[in-house]
Amino acid sequence: MGDGLLLNASNVTKRFGGLVAVHDIDFTIPTGSIVSLIGPNGAGKTTFFNIIAGIYDPTAGIVEFAGRKMIARSKRAWLEPFIWFSPGFVGIIATIIASNAGASEGSIFIMAGITLVALMSTMLVGVARPPRYQRALPSIGIFKSARPNDMVGVGLGRTFQNIRLFQNMTALENVLVGMHTRLKATWLDAMFSTPRDRREEKEAAEEARGFLRLVGLRGKDGELAKNLPYGDQRRLEIARALGSKPKLLLLDEPTAGMNPRETQDMIALINRLRTELGLTVLLIEHDMKVVMEISDRVTVLDHGEKIAEGTPDVVRRDPKVIEAYLGAPAE
Amino acid sequence: MKATPRVEDDKKAKVPNDISSFRVWRKRLVEAANKHRSWTIVISMAIGSVLLYFWAAFPPFSFVQSQNTWISGFVNAGVFILLALGLNIVVGFAGLLDLGYAAFFAFGAYLYAFGASPFTHLHLPFLVLLLGGAAVAAVFGIALGAPTLRLRGDYLAIVTLGFGEIVPIVFLNAEKYTQGTNGIGGVDRPNIFGFVFPGIDQTAYYVLMSMVVTIVLILVYRLLDSRIGRAWAAIREDELAAAANGINTVTTKLAAFALGATTAGFAGVLNASKLTIVDPTQFLFTVSFTVLAMIVLGGMGNPLGVAVGAFILYNIQAVLLKQLNAVFDNLNVPVLQDIDFVKFQFLLFGIALVLFMMFRPEGLIPSQRRRQELHSADAESSEDLALIAPEAGEVAL
Repeated sequence: MGDGLLLNASNVTKRFGGLVAVHDIDFTIPTGSIVSLIGPNGAGKTTFFNIIAGIYDPTAGIVEFAGRKMIARSKRAWLEPFIWFSPGFVGIIATIIASNAGASEGSIFIMAGITLVALMSTMLVGVARPPRYQRALPSIGIFKSARPNDMVGVGLGRTFQNIRLFQNMTALENVLVGMHTRLKATWLDAMFSTPRDRREEKEAAEEARGFLRLVGLRGKDGELAKNLPYGDQRRLEIARALGSKPKLLLLDEPTAGMNPRETQDMIALINRLRTELGLTVLLIEHDMKVVMEISDRVTVLDHGEKIAEGTPDVVRRDPKVIEAYLGAPAE
Repeated sequence: MKATPRVEDDKKAKVPNDISSFRVWRKRLVEAANKHRSWTIVISMAIGSVLLYFWAAFPPFSFVQSQNTWISGFVNAGVFILLALGLNIVVGFAGLLDLGYAAFFAFGAYLYAFGASPFTHLHLPFLVLLLGGAAVAAVFGIALGAPTLRLRGDYLAIVTLGFGEIVPIVFLNAEKYTQGTNGIGGVDRPNIFGFVFPGIDQTAYYVLMSMVVTIVLILVYRLLDSRIGRAWAAIREDELAAAANGINTVTTKLAAFALGATTAGFAGVLNASKLTIVDPTQFLFTVSFTVLAMIVLGGMGNPLGVAVGAFILYNIQAVLLKQLNAVFDNLNVPVLQDIDFVKFQFLLFGIALVLFMMFRPEGLIPSQRRRQELHSADAESSEDLALIAPEAGEVAL
């Protein structure tokens, strides 16, 4: 990470059948900066977000996070099933040989049993894809793009354009779900109610309340998410994303539908996230006031391509950007 | 709660105090119960099962059938309570519609039959097989759940339905290992530290069942309020958002299948040891459907509701319907005496389900969350909740 880039996306392309949503985008985010991604509707901003967040696999291109290649088109994915089935295959061959050699029925059963167990275990690991397995794959020459929960594991948090809170859970529970990756209690700990589990739950609740206070939802931990007013729901989504203590926060239109006062509060909050929590932030925004006020750098997308990039002042004067938003002057 | 008006003037001032101090005490009791939930469960189950045991010997119970028959029925109801608690984890907590739950019941039962019968000449200890049944069922829970992970809603239901059909048929056809249609008979009665359960008197089974149900209830409630319980709720609400917050949906869903199957494993072993015979017809779709109906009618998501629903529904099925037959026969009511209510039990279940879905979709004793999910537009409900019910997220007593 010597180049100070938290996120480094190169040549990212995403094709949905015949539609090219995102075409050959290079995008970097320096650590500690606030970067905005703007562009007309349908420009490919949310698609790009979703690629970085691990929801889509790109058709081409690579996304590196904190220096590690996380997201790219799968390479040699066909090799994976071979790895899963190889213990089972070996076991079946061994069982056949043993039965031909005249081994007793009991030992055949045992061999078949072991084969089955080995087969199930490898397939389980392959399906669940724990982080260690994910890290080990490239050394065999296989690359599988990171899933959303893998991206959270390396330090990425995100909010959604249309708020996707857990509506029937309280604000506190929503934030606790956000903290899921950092809590260590397993179902065993839960069932036996070990002291470690109880302590962890108590501390987690305290920390969750801290996040709620940070975003301005003090005292609302018992409220159901769906009963919160719109502005509070947006803040709650941010609090939930903060729960995993991310390094990079992706905010998808955080001020959509807000009045000027709420927008100012949100700008102040985003600034506090950088100064108090040391977060790097990537914003999608339509509100130009917010973009100009808060961003260190602005990137403009149109029809899936990057048409401008630079400081807010530079971008605001770029003729291509003006044309994209306002249309070309009449001849 | 309204204060009833009193005639004497000097007592009028007292009335609000009585009601409010009752309310205060009730609130305190509820809070204490919620804080020490496991103790509440142990104490209530202990008191409840002792009461039920002795009351079954007295009217009105004694008019219907003997105490031992009642106790035997309660043990069978306990089997269904265990099944319902397990399926509640899969359907109620994690929101995965599983229509083939009886398969895990079968695995537990056949494991016990393999481990303790003259058929295999093995006579392993009961408690070992009890845990073994749960473990085997859990493994198959993972095995049968894994192919369904990418499926949603209806497709998940269909695949699980398929598995539910396949498993009993496999046991039926594997004649060499399972004796096919004859089933495995002469299965050992439980032998716990030298005490062999008698064949006729059902008291020992009743005590064992009460203990197992109590333990399972405690564990299920602990799971509900834990990190994994929240993860299940998150997946149920919005799977994409859950994944975007770091939840590994694969392992979490598999854990739901596995843990849900373990209670079916317990139920299978207990049922096999009581009936002393295991055959494939005990595990048909009707069992899966019955357990699902118990969950839906009892209060999906709420362990207490589900347990009560299972108990009530089993007793309706096993006792009430038979009695209705007898009553109408004796009274010579023209149309009704010709109806065999026992045969029509599934029709009645279906009608009950439809009525419940129309008027009370959250079930008899709903979880607070479920009721809020289903009555979100209903302002009246939320007022009632605020007045009477405990805060969201706690046990409804």
